Amino acid sequence: MECGRHFNIEILTRTELLDIQGRPGNFRVSLRRYPRYVDIKRCIACGACADKCPQVVPETTKNLGSRKAIYLEHPQAVPLKYQIDPLSCLKLTENSCGLCEELCPTQAINFEEREEVLEYEVGAVILAPGLKPFDPSRVGLWGWQSPDVLTALEFEYLLAQSTRTNTPLRRPSTGNPVKNIAFLQCVGSRDLNHCDHPYCSTVCCMFAIKEALLARQRNARLEISIFYTDMRAYGKDFERYYQEASEKKGIRFVRSRLHAVEFCPQRKKLRLHYVNIEGRQVEEWYDMVVLAVGLEVPPDIIELAHRLGLRLTANNFAATSAFKPVDTSKPGIFVCGAFSGPKDIAQAVTEGSAAAAAVAEILAPVRPARQVSQNQLPQTIQGDQKPRIGVFLCHCGNNISSVIDLEALLTYAQGLADVVWAEKHLFLCSQEAQKRLQEVIRDKGLNRVVIGACSPRTHEFLFRRALREAGINQYLLEMANLRHHVAWVHPQFKEETTQKAKDLIAMAVAKVRCQEVLYPLEVPVMKRALVLGGGVAGMECALSLARQGFEVFLVEKSASLGGNARHLSYTWTYENVQYHLLKLRKEVEKNPLIKIFLRAEVVKVAGHIGEFATTISSHGRRKTIRHAVGIIAIGGGMYRPFGEYGYGEYEEVFTSLEFDTVRAAGDFRVKRARNFVFIQCVGSREPGRLYCSKVCCTHSIQTAIDLKKEDPSRRVYILYRDIRTYGEREILYQKARKLGVVFINYDLHGTPKVSKSSRGLCIEVWDHILHRPLEINTDVLVLATAIVPNPKVRELASLYSLAVDSHGFFLEAHSKMRPVDFLTDGLFMAGLSHYPMPLEESVAQAKAAAARAATILAKDTVSLDPVVATVDLARCDGCALCLDVCPYKAISPLEIEEGDSRVKKIQIDKVRCKGCGICQAICPQECIAVANFTLTQLRAQIRAALSGEL
Amino acid sequence: MAEKKTTGAVLILGSGVAGIQAALDLAEMGFKVYLVEKKGAIGGLMARLDKTFPTNECAV
Repeated sequence: MECGRHFNIEILTRTELLDIQGRPGNFRVSLRRYPRYVDIKRCIACGACADKCPQVVPETTKNLGSRKAIYLEHPQAVPLKYQIDPLSCLKLTENSCGLCEELCPTQAINFEEREEVLEYEVGAVILAPGLKPFDPSRVGLWGWQSPDVLTALEFEYLLAQSTRTNTPLRRPSTGNPVKNIAFLQCVGSRDLNHCDHPYCSTVCCMFAIKEALLARQRNARLEISIFYTDMRAYGKDFERYYQEASEKKGIRFVRSRLHAVEFCPQRKKLRLHYVNIEGRQVEEWYDMVVLAVGLEVPPDIIELAHRLGLRLTANNFAATSAFKPVDTSKPGIFVCGAFSGPKDIAQAVTEGSAAAAAVAEILAPVRPARQVSQNQLPQTIQGDQKPRIGVFLCHCGNNISSVIDLEALLTYAQGLADVVWAEKHLFLCSQEAQKRLQEVIRDKGLNRVVIGACSPRTHEFLFRRALREAGINQYLLEMANLRHHVAWVHPQFKEETTQKAKDLIAMAVAKVRCQEVLYPLEVPVMKRALVLGGGVAGMECALSLARQGFEVFLVEKSASLGGNARHLSYTWTYENVQYHLLKLRKEVEKNPLIKIFLRAEVVKVAGHIGEFATTISSHGRRKTIRHAVGIIAIGGGMYRPFGEYGYGEYEEVFTSLEFDTVRAAGDFRVKRARNFVFIQCVGSREPGRLYCSKVCCTHSIQTAIDLKKEDPSRRVYILYRDIRTYGEREILYQKARKLGVVFINYDLHGTPKVSKSSRGLCIEVWDHILHRPLEINTDVLVLATAIVPNPKVRELASLYSLAVDSHGFFLEAHSKMRPVDFLTDGLFMAGLSHYPMPLEESVAQAKAAAARAATILAKDTVSLDPVVATVDLARCDGCALCLDVCPYKAISPLEIEEGDSRVKKIQIDKVRCKGCGICQAICPQECIAVANFTLTQLRAQIRAALSGEL
Repeated sequence: MAEKKTTGAVLILGSGVAGIQAALDLAEMGFKVYLVEKKGAIGGLMARLDKTFPTNECAV
């Protein structure tokens, strides 16, 4: 959404990349643009065309219904513009019809449009083409021909439809309500027999759980079974979601891989036949089967990659290095998102930012100077004059006018106090109407405006701009949402809706009357960043910022740079960690823009975005660093399981990292050992630490492969709960099994027992298939222990007022859309202090944090919303109730001299405040006011709303 | 021949969440961005979802 209105972004839809010529900094790209037949500048998405278009085209996806030949991609599309499908349009196929051209109120239809080739000069290219869902119709096994067998995406539409229309979930075949559903995982993933996709698609497990829970929300009696191979809930907060689904929300999880779905015409049901973990054959009948289909690289993207000469992995994903996760094999061409391996939304967003940083690094010399902020236009008319309010109503085609009697509403509006002008338009958002709006403001001398149209969420920026350009303060605006709040929600009651619309307009007029002039808060930005933590994440982040031309202070607690990576030998793709680490360290140390402080810790913090002042203590001396932004990458640690599985008691028991060290050192306990047992999830995925540590499955499997490769006669066992080798790591799992590594499943209720025996250690584990305990004699026991958060997380969190999750990791601003941002502006995070993650994800986060930080550093000032709280100190009695409720920690106590005594008051940091209004609601003295949402305004609104009834 | 001047513009292929995030960050830094999408609207796969876990928020 934001993308659609950014003045630096040009969106080219229906366009394909043909070729890239040239070199980094200087590419010439050619694109092919297919005709849309609709002029984007003119189309106002009124829908008159699609209403009358005679050509109905069924959607290729089940349950998505049909569309017309002229259509919107989806109702919230950006840009919200129609397009014509040339394959079904009657005018374009047989030169008849042309109805839309006649009907269009803005003459946007243009059948003359032709395909064109465009050329652009760019400095860098980012490839983010994404993946496409696997098509199960290619394989006959899963009964996809039956209308009751759906892909997960198709099921999502069916579910959304049922929620929207408030009807029960029905079987597409019979129309009867659905009683039970089976989800089949790994369809088109982890499967070499049917689709040549050995990798794990990473997202389908969580997708299935989400849909199962949503379906149960629709119907609490719905029986849902998820048939899975390994439940891969590896990400932040995933495990808790999974546990809740299985323990509290009644979703049944069955560990079994199904290979067939049969439709039985007699019973009109779907038959599943499978072998359960006890090895018994089971037959079950279902109303509906959902296939959690995997993801694959679309063929046109594979072709493009070949054309560009990019190196791909065996599964056609873009090949990258763990230390350069967004670089392709071609300099200047970057990659982000699922094209470099299937990944979830948060990781894709992180990589998007990381790719931005990588581009900014090479294009730093030509980064344009910041454009003048649009907020600084002169505003001649002020708000303190006598209110002269203008009301503008919108038909929105017939969206609003077909439900609300706009004539009556207009007459009503004209009669309201202080309203000097009111008029209505077919489309207020059209260019002509916007021009007219500005003219009326000037001609009639309006100083306040009420818009009766759609949502401020989508259109406020447009009307604010109109006010600015007409010369009045942009905050002297109020919108009444006649479309979403009235016309769309209860179109069946024509009379009452018009009354409701009148009330909303009266309320808006009452509120705007006391609206005040506001100016965006401009905060100056120091061109300097602080990075806390000298591990890989901290170093990568510092280096990226320095390469972009910003000064960086890098603060490390220990005596040297390197962090946890010092203990790793290679990545999951067998890249040498120590080699890269040394290179990285050298580069950081010799970069003139990076200043390193070792053995240093943060002791005091003040300030806010643009100008923080962090005091560090290093070698007994204190130093205050002033910086605009801060990146916190203080890493994590290893859980030491004293008292569990004989750790600390028997000398044959190691943690994974300890084992790596003794093995590398050629320790005799490893050299002479014949039997090795790994126990997974030690300290992870259990009460108190209900998260998956993400890296341990892959790490143990890699070690097991090495042990087997060194000497195939060794016996290696891995005791696991779920193997979580997500993405292409799955291939390592397959390799380990081929090499003869034995995998034994255990669950939390039957954890392995360790005892000392005459022949080393004896591990006892319950064998599900044999139904009896299994004893394994071993020489070495390796515990894959959890990654735990750095204890300093809480300390820093209180210094910088940051949020921490229940496990002690930093909490991001939004788990999906803002994965490396803190809720506090100007602060970002990267690496293990966010959540356990492998090296390449740490690097991606570090670069992402650098990009996010650079969006601030690139500016001279940051402009903040002035809708914030202020306190009337004369009335404040210092009760401090507001302090505890403020989610942004923007309020602090204040002591001031009053005559001879000192009295307690509070102060509000305007930069930290987000204007949520909780403090205003709680203040018993009513002395806190959020700008333009003051109690006076809210009371005036309520009075206006109730005046009709009283 | 003299080195041609470096261009401060970026082309991004694909407008899913990854492409959009890259576009927004680069645009905020001041670079000109061309966001290229095969379909008629931006958003990619996520725009086709109804809800996202774990908070079950609306995807659009």
